[in-house]
Amino acid sequence: MRLAGVATLAVAGLLLSACSSDTESVTEATTAAESSTEESATESAATDECAYENLTTINPGMLTIGTDTPAYPPYFSDDDPTNGEGFESAVAYAVASQLGFAATDVKWEVVPFNTSYAPGNKNFDFDINQISITPERSEVVDFSDGYYTVNQAVVAFNDSPLAGATTISELKDAKLGAQVGTTSLDFVTEVVVPTQEPYVFNDTNDAKSALQNGTIDGIVVDLPTAYYVTAAEFDDSKIVGQFQATASGEEFGLLFQKGNPLVTCVNNALTTLKDSGELQEIQDAWLAGATAPYFTE
Amino acid sequence: MNTPAPGTDTVYIDPLRRERVRKKARSDALIGVASLVGFVAVVVLLVGRSSGWETVQKTFFNGDQFAESFPGLLEAFWLNVRIFLIAEPLILIIGLLVALARTVKSPIFLPIRVLATMYVDIFRGVPTILIIFLLGFGMPALQLTGVPSDAIFWGTAALVLSYGAYVAEVFRAGIGSVHPSQTMAARSLGLSSFQTNRFVVLPQAVRNVTPPLLNDFISLQKDTALVAVLGPIEVLRRAQIDTSANFNYTPYVGAALIFIALTIPMTRFADWIQVRSARKKRAGGVA
Repeated sequence: MRLAGVATLAVAGLLLSACSSDTESVTEATTAAESSTEESATESAATDECAYENLTTINPGMLTIGTDTPAYPPYFSDDDPTNGEGFESAVAYAVASQLGFAATDVKWEVVPFNTSYAPGNKNFDFDINQISITPERSEVVDFSDGYYTVNQAVVAFNDSPLAGATTISELKDAKLGAQVGTTSLDFVTEVVVPTQEPYVFNDTNDAKSALQNGTIDGIVVDLPTAYYVTAAEFDDSKIVGQFQATASGEEFGLLFQKGNPLVTCVNNALTTLKDSGELQEIQDAWLAGATAPYFTE
Repeated sequence: MNTPAPGTDTVYIDPLRRERVRKKARSDALIGVASLVGFVAVVVLLVGRSSGWETVQKTFFNGDQFAESFPGLLEAFWLNVRIFLIAEPLILIIGLLVALARTVKSPIFLPIRVLATMYVDIFRGVPTILIIFLLGFGMPALQLTGVPSDAIFWGTAALVLSYGAYVAEVFRAGIGSVHPSQTMAARSLGLSSFQTNRFVVLPQAVRNVTPPLLNDFISLQKDTALVAVLGPIEVLRRAQIDTSANFNYTPYVGAALIFIALTIPMTRFADWIQVRSARKKRAGGVA
């Protein structure tokens, strides 16, 4: 009987040594593969690493872009990122074209915001989903340069007591809602510091429903969304005001896997688009009219 | 097992056999421990040596992130506890009433039986999160005077209605598990129908279904997190907020630990209740 125990131990030991040697050989193989890719990367750097034929993408020959669904206006149109309509869809296609990809070579993946920063390999080259660049986030993923400077705004119905607010202190006693994971929510908790706990929703649609129901008095969203909500969705609502940007300002960036060399090339593309005025044109086309008075203290 | 069966004082066991049994138990324990240690070592090695482990450790088990988010998580968890404490008694009451309504035999109560059946069919058939969405966004939208628009109120109401249907079925199964002879005996002793239910059927029924009831309680504890879709910040939402601020999943692990810390004692309690009731039954006691 006791023999059986010893045997188990021996078997377990064998198993252990077997798998450890296995993993070692796997690690060796990966290191070898890595060093070879590094070599080729340095080689191509000597030439033009951002030339179309030298770009390494997830799906060869294709540019794979991620965004969440539903994709909301004015960033996207009809929940369809492939139509080139809406600010972010237009920016994505402009970047793709700068990199040398035809519109037909752009592939879209549905990437929920929460999975966009999951560890492990990504199924997109970059993700465009109104993601604000912050230092904490930059430790986990790589961001491109900003493609839009965004301010946060408060939306309320005209008959709400909140509608006449011009100062931040007038917002303090209101029930405010925002989407989870957004900097809009940070503005509620850090700038407004309301007396009642804010309401946090899965997406903007739920926040809007709660606003319509009267469960909450106002929602905090980015200014373009606020503009779209008041102009196209709720007739009797208004943008109460927008917040002064934080000291560093807030910018949307394209999200990349940490260490993806494509960032440099996309940044070049963005710089070209900014310099040529094309980015501004896209912005004027889709986000015009997104203005509101600033809140004072 | 601990107490000898009534009527038997001591049982003679062959000392040789007793020694063999003791030896077998000891070697069984040894094999068990060795196999467990081996298994854990294999898992740790496999996971620890995978190339992505370092990233996973940094994103899921980050000490700094944990320390930063945990107090906020605990604070938010208080909302889950409150929802649970309010919902649970209401669920027990609704469940019991509906179960009784479904078991009444008199033809005059047919409407009640039909209503109770419809309630169970509908609320057990629709996913809980849908009921929360429908009540939480739908009821305030009606703008009826006197109907609250509070999100926590409707979230809790939805949980009560959903779990009430499950618990009703558990109670009904319990009532069905009491042998008809018990009712017949009670009635022949002169107890009224109400008394029979109150003093004979229900006590046995409840004791029979205590483990599955506790199981539903544990499930409810976790489902309080669903109320978050209506806006209130409970522990899972708090974790999600922290997670998306830093792109680090550690707060989720923190939230999981908090739930486990509450459900494990409940599970052990359920186990204990089950063992105790089994023992009582073997002893031949009733109620």
